[in-house]
Amino acid sequence: MSASETFVIVGAGHAGGRAGLTLREAGFTGRIVLIGDEAHLPYERPPLSKALLKGESSLQACSLFSEASFIASGIEHLSGVKVVDIDPAEHRIQLDSGVSLSYAKLLLATGGQSRSLELGGRNFSNVHYLRTFDEATQLQQHLTPGTRLLVVGGGFIGLEVASTARDKGCEVTVLEAGARLAARALPERLSEALLTLHRRMGVVIHLGAQIAAFDGASRLASIRLATGEQLPCDLLLVGIGVQPNLALALKAGLATGSGIKVDRFLQTSAPDIYAAGDVCEFQRADGEFHRQETWRNAEAQGRLAALNMLGQQQTFSAVPGFWSDHFDFGLQTVGTLAPNAQVIERELADAGFLLLYLDAQSRLQGASAWGVGNSVAKDIKLCERLIESQSVLPMAQLADASVSLKGVLRGAHA
Amino acid sequence: MSDQWVEVCHVDEIDEEDVIRFDHQQKTYAVYRSHNSEYFATDGLCTHEKIHLAEGLVMDFIIECPKHNGRFDYRNGKALNAPACVNLKTYPVKVEGGKVLLCTLSQEQQGLGAA
Repeated sequence: MSASETFVIVGAGHAGGRAGLTLREAGFTGRIVLIGDEAHLPYERPPLSKALLKGESSLQACSLFSEASFIASGIEHLSGVKVVDIDPAEHRIQLDSGVSLSYAKLLLATGGQSRSLELGGRNFSNVHYLRTFDEATQLQQHLTPGTRLLVVGGGFIGLEVASTARDKGCEVTVLEAGARLAARALPERLSEALLTLHRRMGVVIHLGAQIAAFDGASRLASIRLATGEQLPCDLLLVGIGVQPNLALALKAGLATGSGIKVDRFLQTSAPDIYAAGDVCEFQRADGEFHRQETWRNAEAQGRLAALNMLGQQQTFSAVPGFWSDHFDFGLQTVGTLAPNAQVIERELADAGFLLLYLDAQSRLQGASAWGVGNSVAKDIKLCERLIESQSVLPMAQLADASVSLKGVLRGAHA
Repeated sequence: MSDQWVEVCHVDEIDEEDVIRFDHQQKTYAVYRSHNSEYFATDGLCTHEKIHLAEGLVMDFIIECPKHNGRFDYRNGKALNAPACVNLKTYPVKVEGGKVLLCTLSQEQQGLGAA
């Protein structure tokens, strides 16, 4: 690999930043240009709705780089810059500043943006979204005791903000259009646990909520539901999902579906162009194409894409997983939770539980757990190893809470 | 240095191949018992994002952070994979009269740091 080669990373989020770091760790000495439209160096997003929103963390603590490690990496960071065009045949990109850049390899880690809520064509100054550090800082200033916060969307962002805001003394109401919370990502049992906890902590939750009107002048004063109920508010937080940033890939003629399509090496339909993170649509072990908007996926794909840009031919096979924190409780999921799986439930301490998802051959495919703090982490990590091993497991032992999962794992390797 | 030793717990209060959290004078430690019942101690918080390591999984001589899968060798504190890249400090541990004792002066402070 010649030192004069230029690798360009579009998107300076977690996946893009991890890719840049990995290129250097793996010995790449060429030029690395990292382009992002935010003003900051790459940072991890999970704390935005938790520790950072609580005021217990900082941008520095969430950053992938320390000031010193960034300087040492020699990565060129173009912040506040947009890429407007890619020419895959010529291996060139065009920036909004008019400058164009040649690349030997290109990584698209363009992430996504918050899906916006249609407010009847109006603009209210007290409507917030949460995807970036700047948005988290703005929202944080408003979460004062007694503030009436309305949250639209009972998914992870909405519920984590609800939890943080409630801890800070806000009056919180969550509106979810569906029949249960976080239905896209979680089994019913977990949705119920979330609902019970949030309600116990004083969060008002409306399921099956239909919004009839947004009332107010420059500020949103209240939301009226289809039932006629009027919900006054000081602040609205919208958490209704993420729209992947596909425009650049579409314009360049790359294959896309719900995201930028890649092969098992994370390479797009164009030579020398890779994709990673929230925007990447890849094929799972079960053949299904999908995207993942998780910390783990950004971390693993950013890393693997970088190694493959350097000529390695590693296939992407990381076991997916995520966590979410609410008040003093946490949930974690690993693997895939297929609707047709056989599910075994194990009791954990303090009313926690672990759901094990097995295929017809009694091999573990996924697990999801709920418990105090990070107490489910040990079991979830053991499940990850059981998923990786794909051993046929003894069902009776799995169902028996007195048999440790570590014992089951040792047995599986014996 | 004898005054730096503090009692952590009874030897049986940590399961084999497991870890507990130990707080002492505004500092938090993770104290480990290996599968062959040797005892070790490190800083209690992951160097990546300040999460209590004692909630993580111990396998052999490795502790895995409960959130981000950062792994450390708890015998010498070495960070083994991203996102963890800063090593943990380690602390001398000894067993006396059925009790686990920890020295609050780290190996590194004593100039015995792992290479």
